Amino acid sequence: MTLTSNEYAVTISDLVKKFGSFTAVDDVSLTVGRGEIFGFLGANGAGKSTTIRILCGILAPTSGSGTVAGMDIVRETEKIKTRIGYMSQRFSLYEDLTVTENIKFFGEVYGVYGERLAQRTAWILEMANLRERRDSLTGELAMGWKQRLALGCAMVHEPDILFLDEPTAGVDPASRRRFWELIYTVAEQGVTVFVTTHYMDEAEHCDRMALMHRGRIIALGTPAELKERYIAGTLLEVWAEPMMAALECLNSLPVVREVAMFGSALHVVVGSLEDVDSLRAALETMDIRIERIEPARPSLEDVFVALIEHAERGA
Amino acid sequence: MMLRTWMIMWKEFRQIARDPRMLTVVVALPTFMILLYGYAINLDVRDVRMAVYDQSRSRQSRELVDAFARSGYFHIIAYPEDDREVTALLDGGRARMVLIIPVRFARRLADGDTAPVQILVDGADSTTASTALGYVAGIVQEYSSRVALVTVYRAGLTMRGAWKPVENRTRYWYNPELRSNNFTIPGLIAVILMVLSALLTSVTVVRERERGTIEGLLVSPVRPMELMLGKLAPYVLIAFGDVLLVMAISSAVFHVPLVGSPALVLALAGIFVIAVLGIGLLISTVAPTQQLAMVAAVMATQLPTVLLSGFIFPISSMPKAIQLLSNILPATHFIRILRGIFLKGNDLAILWQPALVLAAIAVAMVLLSANRFRRTL
Repeated sequence: MTLTSNEYAVTISDLVKKFGSFTAVDDVSLTVGRGEIFGFLGANGAGKSTTIRILCGILAPTSGSGTVAGMDIVRETEKIKTRIGYMSQRFSLYEDLTVTENIKFFGEVYGVYGERLAQRTAWILEMANLRERRDSLTGELAMGWKQRLALGCAMVHEPDILFLDEPTAGVDPASRRRFWELIYTVAEQGVTVFVTTHYMDEAEHCDRMALMHRGRIIALGTPAELKERYIAGTLLEVWAEPMMAALECLNSLPVVREVAMFGSALHVVVGSLEDVDSLRAALETMDIRIERIEPARPSLEDVFVALIEHAERGA
Repeated sequence: MMLRTWMIMWKEFRQIARDPRMLTVVVALPTFMILLYGYAINLDVRDVRMAVYDQSRSRQSRELVDAFARSGYFHIIAYPEDDREVTALLDGGRARMVLIIPVRFARRLADGDTAPVQILVDGADSTTASTALGYVAGIVQEYSSRVALVTVYRAGLTMRGAWKPVENRTRYWYNPELRSNNFTIPGLIAVILMVLSALLTSVTVVRERERGTIEGLLVSPVRPMELMLGKLAPYVLIAFGDVLLVMAISSAVFHVPLVGSPALVLALAGIFVIAVLGIGLLISTVAPTQQLAMVAAVMATQLPTVLLSGFIFPISSMPKAIQLLSNILPATHFIRILRGIFLKGNDLAILWQPALVLAAIAVAMVLLSANRFRRTL
């Protein structure tokens, strides 16, 4: 994907945020194109939320610069606020207001009122499937509904960029799927979505992503690029009995680059598919019964496990 | 700007309306406080329990005792017969005061000598003691001058009427009957509004922080000052309702007269209430939890107000440093205003100074809160 500079929704360069002696964001640079779904991945405390808060104008960076919707993240925070929507990892609607009251409140705070507010309210109720519950107190809704309402409220003023900070934390899998369908719909309408998560399956939905570890970005690219770039060789899935013996045996082979347990199988990285024969031979000489050996498509989880292990070893 | 402030206010009203605890705080608390304090704090000294050890047993001594009994301030409960009984009465607290009339009382009077009488007072309760002694001096003085007159008359000198060389005619202005309620209740109104108002706003900002709703506000275009004003406004109305409530009770139950302009009282009460709500707001931007905010609000208002505002204890007799402290309390100035309007009928020409101080505190508190809020993101 090639982008000219005015097509960037977000640009960050050399961003640093320190809290006392702790560096939460350590020299981060990245760009997000208009209309992209950009995933921001990493464990809790990796610095994802801090970065988002800086972009939303809640926190000032210690050093570095950036733009959101073309506006400076240090000097133009008030202008940025009118162009972005934000949904925090903690539920941030008023539980003691009704569904429509929450929409009205956030709408008017963003300067959406009258006929436009009525249209937006109708759109949000439709999108979140909350028409029948429009007069319920928000606190009485199930978590999945609350999340969709929060997304709706974050979009009441039709922002150019949506920042979603762990939007699906604590939501059941069915609701998570529905939520991601909404994100796709929104992105199709041209809205840039900047989303943090620590669910690897959600990362697969993103156009591009960055992996953050201890305040630094350790990988950046499309899911396909990341798999290609960081898993060099071929990934095989091996089912064998006894498994521990198979693991030890494979680990000692020179053709094997990496072995890891993955559920009931072993994930083995080798140079090419032709190495399968030598694997079979080695296992058979050790009296290990082979059920199946199949080439596998690496998941992002494979990529991230490898990357984080690499980063930890380097540190 | 206006719309956002208005929306914050609208939201707060909705939330207040759905919070059942609010009604308790807003209606029950001030009613309970004014009735409790109003009846409990009574500085009038009446019916002081007194004993009389009359060793003289004469017509003159009975006249003196009678003067005490008729005054209305003393209630004679015993006539001890010896010193041990006198001591026992005071020790046990049954009598607060003992009048001892010596054996030669009548005799000395007849001889034209000065006849001393002894007053023993329970000084443990110094307030009651000093007030009672004032009454004693008056009664003894009165009796003494009557005796002098009679003696002069008997000596053959005639005078027109009951001649006194000098007579003081004291009139108590503003509170002619010296009812202590007239003094305490206006102060009480200030104390109650102070505690209540600070309590009302003390949780508004922390609550948003505890529930996580603050994030939604922070990323929105709402400015700190809009948030503060929007949060303040509904509580100004509520606190104003409480002003009316406590004033109604003070006049209906405690019969405190309102000599001056009711409109002026309400206008200045409005400023006072904003100043104190501002204090609550400031506490709310600093406090880490709702509970702590409420405790801090009560601690910061109740005790200092009761002790330092001149509600009961005169500011003029406090050490200079404490006087400075009392002058930064909104209640100090509001009590001055309330007493001025309720009892003296003062107008703004006299009360502009405390009114100005209250307005300054109000503005300072709101500005400080907005500033604190901005810095603690």
